[in-house]
Amino acid sequence: MITFDGVTKRYGDGTVAVDHLQLEMATGEITVLVGPSGCGKTTSLRMINRMIDASEGQILLDGVDVRTIDPPTLRRGIGYVIQQAGLFPHRTIVDNIATVPFLLGWNRKKARDRAMELLERVGLRPEMASRYPFQLSGGQQQRVGVARALAADPPVLLMDEPFSAVDPVVRTSLQEELLRLQSELNKTIVFVTHDIDEAITLGDRVAVLRVGGKLAQYAEPATLLSDPADDFVREFLGQDRGIRRLSFIDDSGLRLRSDLTVPVADEVTAVAATAAAVESPWLAVVDEENRPIGWVAAADLPAAGTLRDVRLLSHGTFVRGKDSLRTALDAALLSPSGCAIAVDGDGRVAGVATRESLDEAMALAASATFDPKDAADG
Amino acid sequence: MNWLIDFFADPANWSGSNGIPIRLLEHLEFTLAALVVAALIAVPLGLLIGHTGRGALIVVVSANLARALPTLGLLVLIVLLLGTSTVLPVLIPLVLLAIPPILVNTYEGIRGVDHDLRDAAYGMGLRGNQVLLRVLVPVALPLILLGLRLAAIQIVATATVASYVSLGGLGRYIIDGLATKDFPSVVGGSVLVAAFALAMQAVFALAHRLSVSPGVSQRLKVR
Repeated sequence: MITFDGVTKRYGDGTVAVDHLQLEMATGEITVLVGPSGCGKTTSLRMINRMIDASEGQILLDGVDVRTIDPPTLRRGIGYVIQQAGLFPHRTIVDNIATVPFLLGWNRKKARDRAMELLERVGLRPEMASRYPFQLSGGQQQRVGVARALAADPPVLLMDEPFSAVDPVVRTSLQEELLRLQSELNKTIVFVTHDIDEAITLGDRVAVLRVGGKLAQYAEPATLLSDPADDFVREFLGQDRGIRRLSFIDDSGLRLRSDLTVPVADEVTAVAATAAAVESPWLAVVDEENRPIGWVAAADLPAAGTLRDVRLLSHGTFVRGKDSLRTALDAALLSPSGCAIAVDGDGRVAGVATRESLDEAMALAASATFDPKDAADG
Repeated sequence: MNWLIDFFADPANWSGSNGIPIRLLEHLEFTLAALVVAALIAVPLGLLIGHTGRGALIVVVSANLARALPTLGLLVLIVLLLGTSTVLPVLIPLVLLAIPPILVNTYEGIRGVDHDLRDAAYGMGLRGNQVLLRVLVPVALPLILLGLRLAAIQIVATATVASYVSLGGLGRYIIDGLATKDFPSVVGGSVLVAAFALAMQAVFALAHRLSVSPGVSQRLKVR
């Protein structure tokens, strides 16, 4: 656990970068520090590994004041990833990753073996090992930066806007990679970003800081979205908070109907009968393996033949028990039926979420965290 | 052209104390001695000033002094003060001349290293001297070598003037040749000095290739 106890950073000219910061970052979680420029998020991060020393207050690493540890020793025990990766251009990738193991005096073979293992772990091919940083793309360099930070297996990882210099597609894949790594490694990660969406995607908890280094709110992402502490946080979160919050609500509140699917081999007459029986204008068509193919409208059915002769309409799916309500809603919006098809892990149909059941689930989600002020905002 | 052949074909020019091998060796001695002494002073100083950021004024002043310094005048002055019994009178102006390019380029090389790189190095837990020697120097090496190379060329050229004050070296052929209107000697000496300077360049090109990481020179093609 990392504890900020009344931490202030004041510069010689009187500027206050961080103002009495009180924060606890839980072990094994990703804590994101987010805020506009000048909010002291990077300063706060850099005070943890003493790249900057606090003016007042204490930062405790599992109860030990970091000021009592010699900076190089402290830093070798903390992974550090920065925006431009900061790889050593004169060293090969494998030696870059092995930087801290070398510093800690590991023998070369052990350090290189560990580096190779990490190279693979961050999703790079082994032949990258002998290359130099300039031969890698920005995204690849950033992966190496993460591998280098992890090399000596530090319990804590500090990441200072690590993904903000790469293009959005690469950024998304790096974010997913980080979450995958974290699910295996359970590090205590402190992540700085100015991008609230990144904060919400990655953070187990998010600390929103305002200019002048004051903590505006410290909460889980879902809480942040449903209950912003004040106008600053609300504005910083931006548009579509309601929709975005659905990302954090699982689909357990979503009732599924199992009677709305028909096999593609069925005669249209049988399909029409089913539609009448279940009182639904739409039916989901599945193939022989019970995978969804599309929607058919009862009103559009031809007089004869099977469903194979009918042009099916587009559909959207979500994975039952895994995807969020937001994904389910998105799936529903992708289809003219307004319903989302739930599938299991193998892509087989688990049921259909109708508009009524989506309505119910969303009403449930909204009432669980009802904030009258939000309602007033419209 | 005939003068050149006259000069190089003359067996008298290949032996004895005024032979090409001896003169070349003398020239090499002046050059190397001056370069080594200048490097021993300017490289550590440049590294220190570049790394700590303190004393940058020394670099600026030295660079300006170098431009203003009349080498020949200095040489004559020192010879008048110290006499010609040792090589010191030649060495001092050569060293003074060589220090600024080495100092300026070493300093600029270290200062110019990307801030993020420095930050990452400290953040990984390298100590100050490790940051300097393991990261800053390898990255700044091309500029440090450039400084040494510029200094070497300047020394080779200026060492020729050393002959003006009756010391050895390839300059003897030129100075003596001019005095005795022995033009083959003047031309031959000039060619030797130029060839020597080119050979020096080649040595530095080789040193660059051997010591600068391919990751810094980026001479590997991007795959």
